Amino acid sequence: MDLTLRIWRQASADAKGKFVNYQVKGISEEASFLEMLDVLNESLVMKNEEPVAFDHDCREGICGACSLYINGRPHGPDKGITTCQMHMRNFKNGETIVIEPWRAKPFPVIKDLMVDRSAFDEIIQAGGFISVRTGGIPDANAIPIPKLNADLAMDAAACIGCGACVAACKNASAMLFVAAKVSQFALLPQGRLEASERVRNMVGKMDELGFGNCTNTYACEAECPKEISVTHIARMNREYLVAKVTAPKE
Amino acid sequence: MGKTLQYSSITKKIIMSLAGLFLTSFLVVHLIINLLILFDDSRELFNQAAHFMATNPLIQIFQWVLFAGFIIHIIFGVVLQIQNWLARPVRYEKKGSSEQSYFSKFMIHTGAIVLIFLVIHFVNFFVKAKFGHIESISYASGTYEDLGWLIVELFKDGAYVVFYVVAILLLGFHLDHGFQSAFQSLGLQHSRYTPFIKLAGTLFSALITLGFIAIPLVIYFS
Ligand code: HEM
Ligand code: FES
Repeated sequence: MDLTLRIWRQASADAKGKFVNYQVKGISEEASFLEMLDVLNESLVMKNEEPVAFDHDCREGICGACSLYINGRPHGPDKGITTCQMHMRNFKNGETIVIEPWRAKPFPVIKDLMVDRSAFDEIIQAGGFISVRTGGIPDANAIPIPKLNADLAMDAAACIGCGACVAACKNASAMLFVAAKVSQFALLPQGRLEASERVRNMVGKMDELGFGNCTNTYACEAECPKEISVTHIARMNREYLVAKVTAPKE
Repeated sequence: MGKTLQYSSITKKIIMSLAGLFLTSFLVVHLIINLLILFDDSRELFNQAAHFMATNPLIQIFQWVLFAGFIIHIIFGVVLQIQNWLARPVRYEKKGSSEQSYFSKFMIHTGAIVLIFLVIHFVNFFVKAKFGHIESISYASGTYEDLGWLIVELFKDGAYVVFYVVAILLLGFHLDHGFQSAFQSLGLQHSRYTPFIKLAGTLFSALITLGFIAIPLVIYFS
């Protein structure tokens, strides 16, 4: 198939960017979206032009490195899938595809379609962990956990931290990401110990970094490649409310 | 204002949702009283109720609580919205449309129109009722100010009726998202009850909207 690609080009973080149109020809429907971009980049290198910079790593939908806002949708038109797993059969021959980087104040563009997502790392560093003494592997059933909680925690833990929720949200809010990270611990006994501190610190960091607020629009859930549910946001709101009300005053 | 900015995003939303639900409960009371005007041509029941609302000391105190509720809801709504706009300084060329609650995208717009409506409404009814001179009317049950007449006169103006109906419709859209959204903001989410809350919110918003709209339409066309 032949396509027109309308791609955001920006030489560096401080450079002024602009959209540039490219033609690609003879793309297979079986190609993944990133393979299609590889084809474009090879042709650019042949012409001695700068290839388009975009993030990717595993290319199997598990690392969360790939991004791209494709025709108004993070990770493109397919549901519950990352850009690297999305195939060209989702597009029509002759179509124009608009490709933009994630847009959010805390996600500045590094180059072209690549953005700096270290804001997410900062949120994790604020409390997205459990302070345990590492030692031998504990017995699998030493701590009993209800099946429902285990399942819900596992669903939350499916988050790969790609930032599609922020990209999709009209407010560039990180609530779905933070809620998933809060929930995966809040649901398990090992996580309860620091639950109150965790939710306050992570939400505090999220606000400080300049992410928007949640209007309960739920575009995040619709676009999440791991289909993380907004029920985790409700859980985080609950956790936060309880933490605030019960926390001792310093 | 400075303090407002210091509250966390979730705290702001919790305050917003509580204020919103409080305003929603006020709408119910307001609508019930308004509907009384359609009850009898002499407007006795309505004038009686209005008299009660204007003189009961508890209601007089509550009036200020209501006023505060509006101010809080508006201030927090505007602050949240400004932060939301600032969070995306560079917009997308191709706008997304993956929202699952359409009216959530227009809360500030529907809210702003409702605010304009409120100011006009405030001048038309509240200020006139409080400070203006209103003719008295006598019934078997007693003599009251004829507030009902003020309403009937206003709703003879077609342009005002149109404005009123449009503003109430937008309030209905605001509520349709707002009602269920408030529960989510408070963390009140449950696989069994949430679908019910969503449905109840939509039905409730429709009922409130139709109720308020019916009054000017009935008066205008009769
Ligand atoms: C009788 C009048 C009103 C009622 C019953 C009402 C009710 C509500 C409710 C229940 C919510 C949902 C809160 C949540 O998401 O947790 C809401 C949100 C909102 N309201 Fe109102 N509201 C009214 C008037 C106004 C006015 C006058 C404004 C003017 C600025 C306004 C602006 C907003 C905004 C911006 C939001 C969304 C906040 C956000 O999610 O970021 N509202 N309203
Ligand atoms: S490259 Fe790893 S998820 Fe897409």
